[in-house]
Amino acid sequence: MAHVITVTVNGTKQTREVEPAQLLVEYLRDTLRLTGTHVGCDTSQCGACTVLVDGRATKSCTMLAVQADGAVVVTVEGLATDGELHPIQRAFSKEHALQCGFCTPGLMITAIDFLERNQSPTDADIRHAIEGNLCRCTGYQNIVSAIRAAATEMKTGAARPRVAEVTR
Amino acid sequence: MTTATTPTYIGARVARKEDPRLITGDGTFTDDVTLPGMVYVSLVRSPHAHANIRRIDTAAAKKEPGVVAVLTGKDLEATGMLPVFITVPNMSGSKHMPIAADKARYAGDAVAAVVAETRDAAKRAADAITVDYEPLPVVVDATAALEPGAPIIHEELKSNLVFTYPVKGGDIEKAFKDAEVKTSLRIVNQRLIPNAMEPRAVAARFEAGELTLWSTTQIPHFVQLIASLNLGLSQNKVRVIAPEVGGGFGSKLQVYAEELLVGYLAKTLGRPVKWTEERREGYLATIHGRDHVSDLELAAKRDGTLLGLRVRTVANVGAYLQAFAPGIPTILHMFVVPGPYRLPAYDYEMRGAYTNTTPVDAYRGAGRPEAAYLIERAMDRLADEIGMDPAELRRKNFIPKDAFPFNTISGISYDSGDYAPALDRALAMADYKGFEKRRAEAKARGNYRGIGISSYIEICGLAPSKANAALGVGWGGYESARIRVHPTGAVQVFTGTSPHGQGHETSWAQIAADALGVTPNDIEVRHGDTFESPGMGVGTFGSRSLAVGGIAVHKAAEKVREKVVQIGAHLLEASPADVVVEGGKVFVKGVPEKAKNFGDISMAAYLANNLPEGMEPGLEATVYYDPPNFTFPFGTHIAEVEIDGETGAVRIVRYSACDDCGRQINPMIVEGQLHGGIAQGIGQALYETAVYDENGQLLSGSMMEYHVPTAEDIPAFQLDHTVTLSPSNPLGVKGIGEAGTIGSTPAVANAVIDALSPLGIRHLDMPLTSEKIWKAMKAAGEGRR
Repeated sequence: MAHVITVTVNGTKQTREVEPAQLLVEYLRDTLRLTGTHVGCDTSQCGACTVLVDGRATKSCTMLAVQADGAVVVTVEGLATDGELHPIQRAFSKEHALQCGFCTPGLMITAIDFLERNQSPTDADIRHAIEGNLCRCTGYQNIVSAIRAAATEMKTGAARPRVAEVTR
Repeated sequence: MTTATTPTYIGARVARKEDPRLITGDGTFTDDVTLPGMVYVSLVRSPHAHANIRRIDTAAAKKEPGVVAVLTGKDLEATGMLPVFITVPNMSGSKHMPIAADKARYAGDAVAAVVAETRDAAKRAADAITVDYEPLPVVVDATAALEPGAPIIHEELKSNLVFTYPVKGGDIEKAFKDAEVKTSLRIVNQRLIPNAMEPRAVAARFEAGELTLWSTTQIPHFVQLIASLNLGLSQNKVRVIAPEVGGGFGSKLQVYAEELLVGYLAKTLGRPVKWTEERREGYLATIHGRDHVSDLELAAKRDGTLLGLRVRTVANVGAYLQAFAPGIPTILHMFVVPGPYRLPAYDYEMRGAYTNTTPVDAYRGAGRPEAAYLIERAMDRLADEIGMDPAELRRKNFIPKDAFPFNTISGISYDSGDYAPALDRALAMADYKGFEKRRAEAKARGNYRGIGISSYIEICGLAPSKANAALGVGWGGYESARIRVHPTGAVQVFTGTSPHGQGHETSWAQIAADALGVTPNDIEVRHGDTFESPGMGVGTFGSRSLAVGGIAVHKAAEKVREKVVQIGAHLLEASPADVVVEGGKVFVKGVPEKAKNFGDISMAAYLANNLPEGMEPGLEATVYYDPPNFTFPFGTHIAEVEIDGETGAVRIVRYSACDDCGRQINPMIVEGQLHGGIAQGIGQALYETAVYDENGQLLSGSMMEYHVPTAEDIPAFQLDHTVTLSPSNPLGVKGIGEAGTIGSTPAVANAVIDALSPLGIRHLDMPLTSEKIWKAMKAAGEGRR
C-alpha cells in the first residue's frame, strides 16, 4: 500500500506517493530524478548514496523513503546556492579530490556534516570521518587536503554556507 | 612547418574541465539514463559453480505482474559468442554465450533473464524461475585444474589447459651452472576484485532502425563493433555511448554479456531497456584480476650480479576466456618480469587454466604488478641471502642509462630510462640512511619496523599495430583524434580514448591549446560516443591514452595549426615561416599590433573566398596515430611499516615514491593517478583477496567480506619525479595510469617481510593481514611477551 510523504529536498517541499519498501535513495533517484546521489553497493559500505537528512550525513540506502516523511534532505544538487558553489565543492575541484566523480557527492556531504562538528580537524580526524565513504580512484590524499582546505575557508565565517542553516 | 612556441599549458596544473558537472550532480552516468517506456532486466545466476542445466521452468515467472519477457540461453543463440581479442599460439578458446544454455561453469554464470516494467518486478519474477541443476564436481584451483582427472570445464576442449606460453633468452643452463648463489621462492599473486565504485550498467533504445547503447565501458568502439556484428545491425546503425564512467581499472574493458543482451532486448522488444548491476552481482559477474601461482629460481654471483631467472607459473583464467585474458599473463607480464635489471638468461613458462571461478582479465596493471612482485620479492630474497643492501643490489643490476634503447633478454626494446636517480631520490625522501635507528626505536616500543624497496618498469603505450599482430592481438593499437575549428573559432577535439576518471578532457585540451595558441578553456574535448568520434577509437586501458591518444590529438592540432599559419600568412601577406600563433592571435613575428584573431582565420577558412591558391575550405583535421614502439615508465617506491608486536597490525608510517613517466602534461593529474594506483597496490599487499571455498562459492562476495581500503588504511604519500623523455613520440610522454599499482605492492610486501625478518620470517603470502602476521609471529615464538 502506497504512502504519501512530504520531504523538503534541496529547499523545495515535495509531496509524493511512495511504496513502503522504497529506499530513500530510490525516492531521490527514481521518483525525484535527482541522480547526483549514487548507488555503489548494496551493503551500506561505500557511502556513495550519502545525503544530509536533517543536517546529518546519512546513507540513503539504509533508510526507507517513508522514514524521511517530514525531513529536510539536501543532496549534491542542493549544495550550491544561487549559483555559488559550496566551499567543499570548490575545494574538491581545487585539490583534485575527484577523478571519476562517482563517490564525490557522498564524500562531500559526509565532509559537510563533519565540518559542522569539527571546525579544526587534524588529518587523522578527517580520515576517520570519511572511513565510511569508499573511493577507488584518488587514494584519499587529495580528499583529505580538500576537506582541510574547506575547513580553513569555512572557519572564516563569511564563507559559511547556507546549506547547514537551511537544514538545521 | 613552423615549430610550436614554448609550451604554456603542457606541464601546467590546469584545473579539470570535468569537475564542474561532477561536483554539482550534473554528470550523467549510465544508470542515470531513464527513458519513457523503459523496461528493466534482472538476471538469474547459477548458485552452483559447476552444474548441468537440466530444465528451466519459467511458467511462474511469466505470470508475475509486470513481466514483459523471460529468456533462457536457447532464446539467445542469435546474439553469438562474447569476443576474445587476443589469440596466443595453441590457445584452447572457450565457447562463451551471453547466457549459458547447457551448463553453468561458475557461481554467477547467467542462466536466464527476465524483463519487466520495474526493477522490483524483474527481480521478483527472476526469483520465481526454477532451474533444475545437476551439480558437477568443481575445481577452483588452477594447478589442480591441470591435473589428470580434474573436472573438465569445457568438455569439447578435453582439458582445462588454455595455453602454454614460453619466453626464453640467453643460456639458462649455463647461468645456473655458473651461479654462486641460487634463491628460490613460491610466489602467490592472489585474486583481486576490481571494485570500480560505479557498478556496471547498460541501457539501450532501438528507434528508426538505430540502436543506441549506453554502457559503463572503457572501449565503446569495440562494444559498437561486436554489437553490430552479433546483433545483425549495420555498424552505422549502432551508436554506443560511454557517458560518465565511474572508474574501470580494467573491469570495464570487455564486451560483456549484458551489453549484447540489453541491445538484443531493445531491438526485439522495441522498448528502451536497462540493466544495472547490484554490487554483490558484480562480485560474481564482473571480471576479477591477478591469480597467479609462480615458482621462481634466481641465479646470481655472490657479489649480487644477476645471472639468470627461471619461472613457472599457472594463471587462473576462470571459467571462460574474456576479451583480453590470453594476453595479460603472457604479453603484458612475461616480457617485463626482468624489470629494470640486466639479466643474461631467462626462461619462463606460463600455463593458463580454466577453473569454476569468475573469469579473470585486466585489473589495474594487468600482468605488470604480477611481474614487479615476482622480481622485486626475488631481489629482496637474494639481498638477504648474500647479505647485501637491497638498494645497492638493485643499483648494481640496473640497466645503465647509456644502454638505451635496450634490447631485453625477453625480446623487447625499452625506449629510454635512467633508473638510478629515481632510486636515489626515493631513498633520500625515505631517509633510508636513518632507518635502522627507527627500527631500534620501534623495537623499544615492542613493535617491528621494516623498510621495503621496489624498483619497477612497466610497458605502456599499447601498441604498435604490427607488434600487436605479431603478438596475436586481433586489432590495431593506434588511436584517433579529430579537431574541428568552427567558423567562429570554437574548437572541438574528438578523441577515440574513453576516460573514466583520468581527466582527458583537461589534458587533451592542454595539448591542443599549446598547438593552436588558445587556452584550454577555448577547447571542448568530446569522447565516448561512437557517432561523434573520428571513426574508430581503441579506448582507454594499459596506460595507453596519453602516449597514443594524446599524441593523436597533438598531431591533429599541429595539422590544424599548419593550416592556420598558411591562411594567416596569406591574409597578412607574409611568409608562413614568420607567422606566430599564440594568445588567440595570429600575427607576423615582431608585428603583434597587426594581429588577426584566431576566429578571423577560422572564418576565412569557411568563407573560402580568400584562401591560398589550391587550399581546401574548412578547418579540421583527423589523425590516426600508430606508435612506433611501446613506452617504458619506471620508478622506485619505498614503504616503511610498523607492525604492532601484540596484534600483528601493519601501519604504513612513511611512503615515498619517485616516478618517471616522461614529460608530464598535467602534474596534478599525474599525482592523482599515482595516489590512486598506490592505494590499490597497498590494498593488494595488505587487505584484499578473493576467497573461494572448495565448492566454488565466493566467500568474499561483497564489500563486507572484501576489504576495499578506506581513508584510514592508506597513508599520506610523498612523491617526487624525474623526467626521462620517451623517444617514441613527439611529446616524450610515457604513461602513468598503472605505475602506482605496479610499484607499491612489492614495496609494502618487502617492508613487512623486512620488519619480520628479525623473527626469521622470510616470506608470507599477500594479503599481509594482522591475523596472518600474528600467526606467523606466534609460530616464530615471538607473538607473546
